[in-house]
Amino acid sequence: MGMTITEKIIAHHAQKERVVPGELVQVRVDLALANDITAPLAIKELKKHGIHRVFDPHKIALIADHNTPCKDIPSAENVKLMREFAREHGIPYFFEGGQVGIEHVLVPELGLVVPGDLVIGADSHTCTYGALGAFATGMGSTDIAASWVLGETWLKVPESIRFVYEGERQPFVTGKDFILYTIGQIGVEGARYCAMEFTGGAITALSMDERFTMANMAIEAGAKNGIMEPDEKTLQYVKSTGTTRQPLLYASDRDASYREVMTIDVSKIEPQVALPHLPENVRPVDSLSRIEIDQVVIGSCTNGRMEDLRMAAQVLRGRKVYPRVRVLIFPGTPKTLLEAEREGLVRIFLEAGSVIAPPSCGPCLGGHLGVLAEGERCVSTTNRNFVGRMGHVKSEVYLANPYVAASSAVLGYIASPRKL
Amino acid sequence: MHIRGKVMKYGDNIDTDVIIPARYLTSSDPLELAKHCMEDLDPTFTQRVTQETVLVAGKNFGCGSSREHAPLAIKGAGVQAVIATSFARIFYRNAINVGLPILECEEASQALEEGEEVEIDLNQGVIRSLTTGRLFQAQAFPPFLQEVIREGGLMNLVKKRVS
Ligand code: SF4
Repeated sequence: MGMTITEKIIAHHAQKERVVPGELVQVRVDLALANDITAPLAIKELKKHGIHRVFDPHKIALIADHNTPCKDIPSAENVKLMREFAREHGIPYFFEGGQVGIEHVLVPELGLVVPGDLVIGADSHTCTYGALGAFATGMGSTDIAASWVLGETWLKVPESIRFVYEGERQPFVTGKDFILYTIGQIGVEGARYCAMEFTGGAITALSMDERFTMANMAIEAGAKNGIMEPDEKTLQYVKSTGTTRQPLLYASDRDASYREVMTIDVSKIEPQVALPHLPENVRPVDSLSRIEIDQVVIGSCTNGRMEDLRMAAQVLRGRKVYPRVRVLIFPGTPKTLLEAEREGLVRIFLEAGSVIAPPSCGPCLGGHLGVLAEGERCVSTTNRNFVGRMGHVKSEVYLANPYVAASSAVLGYIASPRKL
Repeated sequence: MHIRGKVMKYGDNIDTDVIIPARYLTSSDPLELAKHCMEDLDPTFTQRVTQETVLVAGKNFGCGSSREHAPLAIKGAGVQAVIATSFARIFYRNAINVGLPILECEEASQALEEGEEVEIDLNQGVIRSLTTGRLFQAQAFPPFLQEVIREGGLMNLVKKRVS
């Protein structure tokens, strides 16, 4: 019996010939990251237990992206704790200020993950790196702290579900719509504890940026990881980061076993919107009645990359944001912002009447920089629309792709660019 | 180890954003977090919860973010154990790591009602309703996790290995 790509990467890191779903294994970790919400807890756990060593400072990344630029004194104290921990242990990958971007955009961009890696992060969207053909999954602070000391962690080998995307997509349909549609089909726990393996011609046709968007939202179906087999585009991307690390290219065997195989014809998918308050409440945008909005957020670890900004700019070019709507644009990293500036996108956004925010998580988790008041509605390119996610418990978040977010910004209600 | 408590019951897909909203995550002190536990879902939670509460919920409890602040807030609020049909996987790991007892048991999660008195034998995974007399058997933990639980959390185990 063959193995899936997920099983192969786990087996390699467990130094075993093969692993089977359900098996508990100890695995070596290539990178273990945490952010300014989860790292402080991990650091405090280590201190509390009198542990003052780390396994390998080069396999740790500390990214101050959630509540930064620090929104209050406790946030500033948290980042200070990270900074001092990094200095104490000689951890080179500590990012703040002008170096910091949203972790799941920044980490691949810097080449800190390559195909074949096994990465864990104290952030649920660590699964994003599966787009590179790596095994990546989120855990809590204590698990990450333990891996910093031991260089390894325990894992239960997940069953895999294979999603085969075929067909030609329609205009304004993106990787975001593929994944929203899929979550709508299987539900928020449809892939609980499983690996979601994304394959098929329509995946090969996606840009790397769109692949990151898809893998990013695997957790929204409850999955342990999302993964795609690396190809030419992957290798080109990895090369562009300038990393000297060697990628290991894995692919699933033909006779690998899956819990389920689902085929999805993407030509039937329209731009999707996930209505409050679960990412599974998905509808085609054209089927919605007129839903007026107050805010639009474009960015995040889901859709804060160059392609996403280009999509938004394509819609906003020469147009104006609807008068009572606030548009907030969050580029994923400083490099993304610089590129957007070079391509003239920043000007398009500003002329349309948007706010350009610093690379940060900002309103995505209702932290700061664009929190919603009671009764307000927001169209967002982020990944979660839970109750209170972006602010007041009676505010609403609608998840969509950057085209839909930008056209809604212009129209003042949720709509695709076809309505412009 | 035996636990006794009174049931507070919730539904499916209780996510970590409602267990402890992000606006309070600058703290990691369980007692501080506990003050806001579940407030976006049930503003009466913090008034009703006692040191003898057992949470009972449906499918996919703890879905969403990786914040360990979620089990810490629940533990800090005084909750003795959480019984659910299923747990989201990160929450499952986090609860074990911070020493919050959790039990996966579909039957119990469906049958137990708000206000029922229950007794739980954690070693055996047996849940008994003192109100109705019904018995339920929860899923057993794999041996490695039993060791983590016995040691009182993952960090104690790590400390043993490095010292
Ligand atoms: S952008 Fe949102 S989902 Fe992504 S890491 Fe930040 S808070 Fe989490």
